[in-house]
Amino acid sequence: MSLRLSSPNPRLLRTRVGREERRLIVAFLVPALLVTFGVVLIPLLEALWISFHRYSLTTPGRPFIGLANYSSALVDPGFWAATWRTVYFTLVSTGLELVLGLMIALLLNERFVGRGLLRALVLVPWALPTIVNGMMWRWIFNADYGALNAILLQLGLIKDYQAWLSSPWVAMNCVIFADVWKMTPLVAMLLLANLQVIPAELYEAASIDGAGPLGRFRYVTLPSIRSGILVSLVTRTIEAFKVFDIIFIMTRSGPANGTQTIAYYAYTETFTALQFGKGAALSYLIAVFITLLALVYFRLIREEVQA
Amino acid sequence: MSGPTQARLRKAGRRLGLHLAALLAGAFILAPFAWLVISSIAGPSDLLERPLRWWPAHAGLGRYLTVLTTTDVNSAAYTFRRALINSSAVAFGTTVLSLVTGVPAGYVLARSRFRGRQALTIFFLSTYLLPPIALIVALYVILSLLGQRDSVVGLILVYSSFVTPFVVWIMRGYFTAVPVEIEEAARIDGCSRFETFWRVGLPLATPGLVTTIIFAILLAWDEFFYALILTSSLRAKTISVAIAEFSGQHMIDYGMIATGGVMAALPPVIIALILQKYIVQGLTAGAVKG
Amino acid sequence: MVKRSLAVLVVMAVVLSIALTSGCAKKPQPVTLQMITMKQAAYSDAHISEMVKKFNEANPNITVQVTFVPYESLHDKIVTDLASGQGQYDVVLVDEIWPAEFAASNMVQDITARITPEMKAGVNPALLDILRVGDKYYGIPWILDTKFLFYNKNMLAKAGYTAAPKTWDELVTMAKTLKAKKICDFPIVWSWAQAEAIMCDYAQLVYSYGGDIIAPDGTAKFNQGGALDALKFMIKTLKDGVTNPNSLTYLEEDVRQVFSEGKAAFCLNWTYVYALANDPASSKVAGQVAIAPTPAGKPGTAVGVSGSMGLSLAKSTKHPEEAWKLIVFLTSEANQKLYASDSLPIWKAALDAPDLNAPKELAATLRVQYQAVKGRPQFVIWYNAFSTKAQVALQQALLGKATPEAAMSQLVKDMDSVKK
Repeated sequence: MSLRLSSPNPRLLRTRVGREERRLIVAFLVPALLVTFGVVLIPLLEALWISFHRYSLTTPGRPFIGLANYSSALVDPGFWAATWRTVYFTLVSTGLELVLGLMIALLLNERFVGRGLLRALVLVPWALPTIVNGMMWRWIFNADYGALNAILLQLGLIKDYQAWLSSPWVAMNCVIFADVWKMTPLVAMLLLANLQVIPAELYEAASIDGAGPLGRFRYVTLPSIRSGILVSLVTRTIEAFKVFDIIFIMTRSGPANGTQTIAYYAYTETFTALQFGKGAALSYLIAVFITLLALVYFRLIREEVQA
Repeated sequence: MSGPTQARLRKAGRRLGLHLAALLAGAFILAPFAWLVISSIAGPSDLLERPLRWWPAHAGLGRYLTVLTTTDVNSAAYTFRRALINSSAVAFGTTVLSLVTGVPAGYVLARSRFRGRQALTIFFLSTYLLPPIALIVALYVILSLLGQRDSVVGLILVYSSFVTPFVVWIMRGYFTAVPVEIEEAARIDGCSRFETFWRVGLPLATPGLVTTIIFAILLAWDEFFYALILTSSLRAKTISVAIAEFSGQHMIDYGMIATGGVMAALPPVIIALILQKYIVQGLTAGAVKG
Repeated sequence: MVKRSLAVLVVMAVVLSIALTSGCAKKPQPVTLQMITMKQAAYSDAHISEMVKKFNEANPNITVQVTFVPYESLHDKIVTDLASGQGQYDVVLVDEIWPAEFAASNMVQDITARITPEMKAGVNPALLDILRVGDKYYGIPWILDTKFLFYNKNMLAKAGYTAAPKTWDELVTMAKTLKAKKICDFPIVWSWAQAEAIMCDYAQLVYSYGGDIIAPDGTAKFNQGGALDALKFMIKTLKDGVTNPNSLTYLEEDVRQVFSEGKAAFCLNWTYVYALANDPASSKVAGQVAIAPTPAGKPGTAVGVSGSMGLSLAKSTKHPEEAWKLIVFLTSEANQKLYASDSLPIWKAALDAPDLNAPKELAATLRVQYQAVKGRPQFVIWYNAFSTKAQVALQQALLGKATPEAAMSQLVKDMDSVKK
């Protein structure tokens, strides 16, 4: 990493340019780089190396096979099934989190009795550890003793207890629901932060121009929270694409692979089938997908900045 | 009906709707967690009744007391207690290490102009792209070589590798948002480069710092997969792993699982509640601008 | 004078003996052993801790640290540890379906030369073979297990039945009666979650219908004959409403729970359930639970599925002698007799021993069940990869997403990718 100063900030560094600043940069960056990459750089590179080799624990030798692990994954229907499930999980959960998060943020931005309390409470789901959250919802969805069955039955909405996690598609949506419940508050907080800095004059001006509530939302609110929406989109999509923990605790990818996402697929290939090479290739494919998504988002952000 | 009355009525209706929406949101947010808490204090037979009893007939804090006091090393309660201590140590160590290294890095990435600054910022975030499964086997070997497998220190090292980039990223945003002029004044007054950071830059970014601390603690407390594979004994097992293992082993004791869940949730929830005003404030100050 | 020289002699003897024990006779070095086992079914964690404590007392220079994990994590934990070639574990618990894979991966040691004549003569040969790959042995069986049929005597009596069903059809007829008489909503409960658990129940049914899953040469058998009959039977019990539909999310512990709550009349499960389901502390139906050999598909074809596990020496252990000592202690006849209600001994003579610490009917039923018992296809190194795909195929058929024939023929196609 070259740390040569290319264009030092002329104003800030007017007095003692160069050496002191350079020393500061090195002293401030090296520890963070060490902590970040000290333990993971070798694993990062090793996984890449392994992904180009036939590396199965049960067969001797690790011949170089180029991109074969990647190409075999790309023609494997199981991989695409897992990918589309992941896309479904990502789209639905991120979409719901955005919509619900925006609704909660708009609500929390209004004045009402107990607003402070609700602003605090909304953080509870977000602060709950993922494993506790998954365990909690598995308990609520439990077919024999679950609270969901009990409440629906007592309200007369169902006649018999339902096995929520026994059907692949329903189970997937149950997992999404649990994820949305936990992560919506974070989105709400990000958007609320945006909403709070919108000057009241903007709304007044819009009203004077004859804009109704919808018009004010369309022309004042939405443009002001675009950056919050983008940040939520980026972070939530990346996390959702790698989703593993909540599936591990709630359904272990079942039933009939109905909740198997790509990260879970990579996990199974690595630890159950002992195909370390293929597992590593799958992980890098996930990274490629995420990078592509990130690039799209960064382009959007750049347009946002220029606009 | 006169105009003003109508307007007042409309306003009252709006207020009513607002409060109803707030109540609904509050219920939706709290109900599941409340059920977890109730499950944790309910007697074993209460949980298995049909129709379900919403308030237990035999409520009590017995399980919490057991977790806090038991000396039976084979019990889940003992595992939970030890795991809570481990999780606290890991979260604390990770937060300190990540802040000490990440905050200065975020500062220079925001303030100093040098070649590769942009690339370096993205480089830090690259660790986020790969799922942990890709790294776990090699990490296991490296930690073995360092003698830090199944240890709190080993987990701190691994967690810091993904918490630090996060700190760098967020703090860079805050420092960018803080006006540079005050720091320039300090420089003119003869402060060294480091003093400027320490005495001026850092204090100005305090709200951001608090937000970052909360996020760092929560990230470290929440992590599951690395801990699942890298820890095996009570020396380092974290609370998430303890709960996952326990709920995989003893399906029958839902009350105990719920107790572990509530105890695992309390530290982060309390931190979030106490510092909640900083979260929105901090996000407002700069993180949103990324 | 004599007294004095005697005293001198005594002192000298004491000094000498101290010198001998401390220096000359070389005290054994303190050794710490790491063992990984599961905290689920078979031996309870409390009992394992007791055993280890006794071993520590008998061998003061050896400290044993035991790691307990759920069965569902055991394979992953061992693989992560031993794949690096420098694992921390010395003794590992190995399921009977893993030895081929572990041996091929060079993770566990060939212990053929260590097997003593007493083991050869005393241990049930079928059990000794669960950790055999080719002509080499890779461990000693520790947990003897096979699935039994557990049933609720009182429920059956209410419906007018006094004996356990002998065939699966008979069992279904009984279950229909129980359901019709509203004694039980879903009389049968299984462990059909997407996990190895479903493979155990499935293998049990396949074998009792006279079928097979994979032939020893690696060719598919699950798409024909008895294997297909077994799958069709599973689907039919779901359609008839006698199988608890939640079975598709259940592991063995869930099955035990539903059964212990008195919400099922029949279940297939491992040995340990007998003691726990009859224990008032963990069961509402204590005293009502009876055990029987698993039913036959067609008369005369009763075959049980085995689910035994053994202890292996990790390839990378630095203390093979001490670790072996631990394995010998844990699998010894005396130790196994003492904890027999968790898991019956691997030793032939122990089942009839008067000091066998287990209910009589348990040993008696095992003797019948063990006349014909068969493992899952443990001879192929790709069993685990196959099992992952098979679990999904079975569930798809059970959920009605595919016909049994279609699901199984798709699985045949998938086998090629698995064998790689």
